[in-house]
Amino acid sequence: MADFLLAAAGFVLVTVAVGLVRILSGPGDADRIMAAQLFGTGGIAALLLLAQAMSVPAAIDVGLVLGLLAAFVSVAFVKGVTRSQADEA
Amino acid sequence: MSLALNGLTIVAVCAGAFFFLAGTVGLLRFPDALSRLHALTKADNLGLGLVVLGLLFQVGGVFAALKLIGVWLLTLLAAATVSQLLARAARASGPHE
Amino acid sequence: MALAFDIVLVLLILGVATWTISARDTFAAVVGFIGFGLVLALAWVCLAAPDVALTEAAIGSGLTGGLLVGASARLRRTETTSGETPSISLRLSAGVVCTFISAGLAAIVLELPGKAPTLAPQVAANLAMIGLDNPVTAVLMAYRAVDTLLEVVVLLLVLGGIWSLAPDHLWGGSPGSRHLAGPDGVLPFVAQLLVPVGILVGIHIFWIGSVAPGGEFQGATILAAMWILATMAGLVDMPAVSRRWLRLLLVAGSAVFFAVGFAGFAMAGAFLAYPEAYAKLLILIIEIPLTLSIAATLALLVAGPPERAPQE
Repeated sequence: MADFLLAAAGFVLVTVAVGLVRILSGPGDADRIMAAQLFGTGGIAALLLLAQAMSVPAAIDVGLVLGLLAAFVSVAFVKGVTRSQADEA
Repeated sequence: MSLALNGLTIVAVCAGAFFFLAGTVGLLRFPDALSRLHALTKADNLGLGLVVLGLLFQVGGVFAALKLIGVWLLTLLAAATVSQLLARAARASGPHE
Repeated sequence: MALAFDIVLVLLILGVATWTISARDTFAAVVGFIGFGLVLALAWVCLAAPDVALTEAAIGSGLTGGLLVGASARLRRTETTSGETPSISLRLSAGVVCTFISAGLAAIVLELPGKAPTLAPQVAANLAMIGLDNPVTAVLMAYRAVDTLLEVVVLLLVLGGIWSLAPDHLWGGSPGSRHLAGPDGVLPFVAQLLVPVGILVGIHIFWIGSVAPGGEFQGATILAAMWILATMAGLVDMPAVSRRWLRLLLVAGSAVFFAVGFAGFAMAGAFLAYPEAYAKLLILIIEIPLTLSIAATLALLVAGPPERAPQE
């Protein structure tokens, strides 16, 4: 079971990495600001799987914190993008 | 009993991983930012929910199970609201593609 | 399987790091940095260090990421106009120096003696006397409390340094521009939902620090992030930095810390010594104002120097 959960965590991480490549090579700002969402969900999934596989129950708290901060960073990105657009306009 | 629980976990986590894969494929293949956002938030959050469901069978204790569900609900809440913001910003930053 | 996962994680860390350094656009580099913090937090979990993972996710990735996003947004305008790139020879020599440093660090880590001298058994043996269950918190607040006290003072000095970046006529004003809630109202809605939850989670992480990974720094970071989120949504306004209550809030933590420290002379014979029966209570008395102070300090650090004149 621990092995299976580790494999699943690795798989989720690889999908996050592939998604990241797409996001970072995308043409506009709109792609970048999605990155925080990608990390939020994918990273939390990998963390929760790791918490069970490695028997580190505190990692669930790390997932909780990560969820909140992913939302915070997303809002910061949106504010940053709209601010820089207003500056250029 | 534990064999049945393990089986349920494997099924749920595999389904969750499949949805993560679907989300990434959508991210790679969809033509514009808004539909990519759609793939990202919907598929990935569903994948996370299935992963949490699978882990619920493995975790010991009610408090840990409640925390897992809490993490998923928080992520769902944050994603649902923040994706609205991202969509407006994506639309406002103009059609690049 | 564990080895395979470790290899995947290491490759991911190296890949994200390489990408962050070579990114063209500052926003993209900041995204890479935040992702780097995330995979690093995963690595810490794999190394069975959840306290470090919590701190990395909260401060290293989340709060610093928010700070960098604000900074890169301000620099956007100047980015496209600067045409300087470092010369090839400069980049090559930088690469050579970095390679040497990495090789040296790798050699040191691989040459470490098998059984490093450690004080962990003594820490564990005396935990019951302090009344805490989390050895990391015991080290931070009891065994090496002086280090924590000095860290908090350094944070205050950094804040003073950031405030000194304001032009003279704006000294004492409010940081950041006034954020107006957009006509759509999605952003205030997001903040109204997330901030209460965030405050609860922050208090939970702080409180659980005595028995499980957590503590005042991580809890304070979440509280600070929630305050900044409320500010960005236009729900509250950043107070002018000359406000008396704000400055009292900022120094309350270190003031109480110093007070308990000096009282230690009377109670147990040394600076920051705790008498055995009251150790947990004293640590709690220090931690509560400390968390609030650090939250305020971190929030003001991210908000930046004053940009609006104080209304007098």
